[in-house]
Amino acid sequence: MDWTALALSLRLAAVTTAILLALAPPLAWWLATTRWRWRHVADALVAMPMILPPTVLGYYLLLALGPRSPAGALLARLTGESLPFTFPGLVVGSVIYSLPFAVQPMRASFARVDRELVEAAWCLGASRLRTFARVVLPLSRAGVVAAAVLTFVHTLGEFGVVLMLGGNLPGRTRTVSVAIYDQVQSLDYAAANRTAGVLVALSFALLALTYHAQREGTPRWPTT
Amino acid sequence: MADDLIARVVLRLAGGPPRAVALSLGVDAFPIAVLFGPSGAGKSTLLRCIAGLERPAAGVVRWRDRAWFGAATWVPPQDRDVGFVAQQGALFPHLDVADNVAFGLAALGPAERARRVAEVLDRFDLGGLRRRAPATLSGGERQRVALARAVARRPSLLLLDEPFSALDHPARSALRADLRRWVRALGLPTLLVTHDPAEAMAVGDTLAVLDAGQVRQTGPVGAVFERPCDAATARILGVDTLVAATVLRAGAGTAVVRAGDGELTVSAPEGLAGRVRVCVRAEDVTLRAGNLGAEGNGAPGRVLRVDDEGAFAVVSLDCGFPLVARLPRRALRALGLAAGDAVFAAIDPSAAWAVADG
Repeated sequence: MDWTALALSLRLAAVTTAILLALAPPLAWWLATTRWRWRHVADALVAMPMILPPTVLGYYLLLALGPRSPAGALLARLTGESLPFTFPGLVVGSVIYSLPFAVQPMRASFARVDRELVEAAWCLGASRLRTFARVVLPLSRAGVVAAAVLTFVHTLGEFGVVLMLGGNLPGRTRTVSVAIYDQVQSLDYAAANRTAGVLVALSFALLALTYHAQREGTPRWPTT
Repeated sequence: MADDLIARVVLRLAGGPPRAVALSLGVDAFPIAVLFGPSGAGKSTLLRCIAGLERPAAGVVRWRDRAWFGAATWVPPQDRDVGFVAQQGALFPHLDVADNVAFGLAALGPAERARRVAEVLDRFDLGGLRRRAPATLSGGERQRVALARAVARRPSLLLLDEPFSALDHPARSALRADLRRWVRALGLPTLLVTHDPAEAMAVGDTLAVLDAGQVRQTGPVGAVFERPCDAATARILGVDTLVAATVLRAGAGTAVVRAGDGELTVSAPEGLAGRVRVCVRAEDVTLRAGNLGAEGNGAPGRVLRVDDEGAFAVVSLDCGFPLVARLPRRALRALGLAAGDAVFAAIDPSAAWAVADG
């Protein structure tokens, strides 16, 4: 059992979730409410990481963040370190990779908030920001919680992007799924079993807890 | 005196071409001005333009000395200082009654806000409901909270979009009476949208009749209901019978017209001539059994059909022209009328109003 890798994965998942909880709500709100003519293009862009092979995404990120790209060079100058094969590099990759998992549940629940409530808040003098914080967000709790859990669990199990972008440096970029891959490669099936089992149990527990917490808000066939 | 509320805007109603609507209400139009019209007339759209929830294609919206919309002006709803109440109240479901009312008072300090909430809840008889969730309230209670919430900010103009249409009958009439009382006590100018003539009569001081994106008539409620400006407006206002007639002689405020085979004396605007329509409300028609009283103002005829309408009966007549009378069921029983019977339909000249046909 590679506890260092598990700790690193948990840390990566936590940081990614925190960043997306700040980044995704405005983006999801914009997508849910915009009448922009090209909104479907924005929709498709946000959803891309969901269907793109993770290795492809990881490959492009590696190029984009590497020292030979202008953006990568700029980032390296700012942080004093080249992003690929570092933990911050993993965070950037994970944020992009999990973006649709954070945006789409939020977007769906924002869109379900009754427009009349938003208008009522406006007419009561609430700015757009205050309306969002005091009316839209509280009424979309289920979607926000779902987004957070999905992001967390999705990041926890991420493999392709991490491998392409982070490589396999113990304690720095070796995540739990990379560790499992390593264990299988070295034919240590017992260790792979234990690590995989822990990951399954953790993911299941998180999802079960979430559904339990949201049992009121889950649509269900009515019982009379 | 300059008009208080001016909304001259170009609206794009569902599917149709853009239409220019002009609504002007003077100071004397308030406390309660009613924007009345059939569904689809554009009343709600116009109200939403005034609230700032909808942006007209072009035009001007002014309230007193403030321009809210113009060629280069756009004041967002947050800054218009209006209270807006929607059909279903739009209470925030995650906040209790007191927090709903306090929502618009964010600019006040906590002590002042609490005082204001208590005062408003008290005025609207909501003290006992302050910690209740909106989902547990009745429809009437919900609308009272929505009104309280809108009024708590002391807006300069209150806009009500069919606020009682989702309520059942007793709750509706109770709230209408309350609304009049509250608005008068607060001295708060109010513009109410409704498609219900009874509601317009019950709460309004001024009536603006809107049809197909056009303001047809504006004036004191009673005057508009009794003296519609044309036949189309009369139909919208629920006049039961519009008798086709021709002016024979016109005098000061009255005219003698030929309707069917007989003559009727009716009220008429100055200078009316030629083909006209005589507006007769069903409750203004008095029935006499047989052909008695044929010398009075009215027309002899036959009963075509009698329909029950709760406490009232609606009698359809053929007097050489179709006519409808509405009378208490008890009165109908006393007359003993049934289909086929001969009657005389008496019409008070002051209750019959002739307008140009069209």
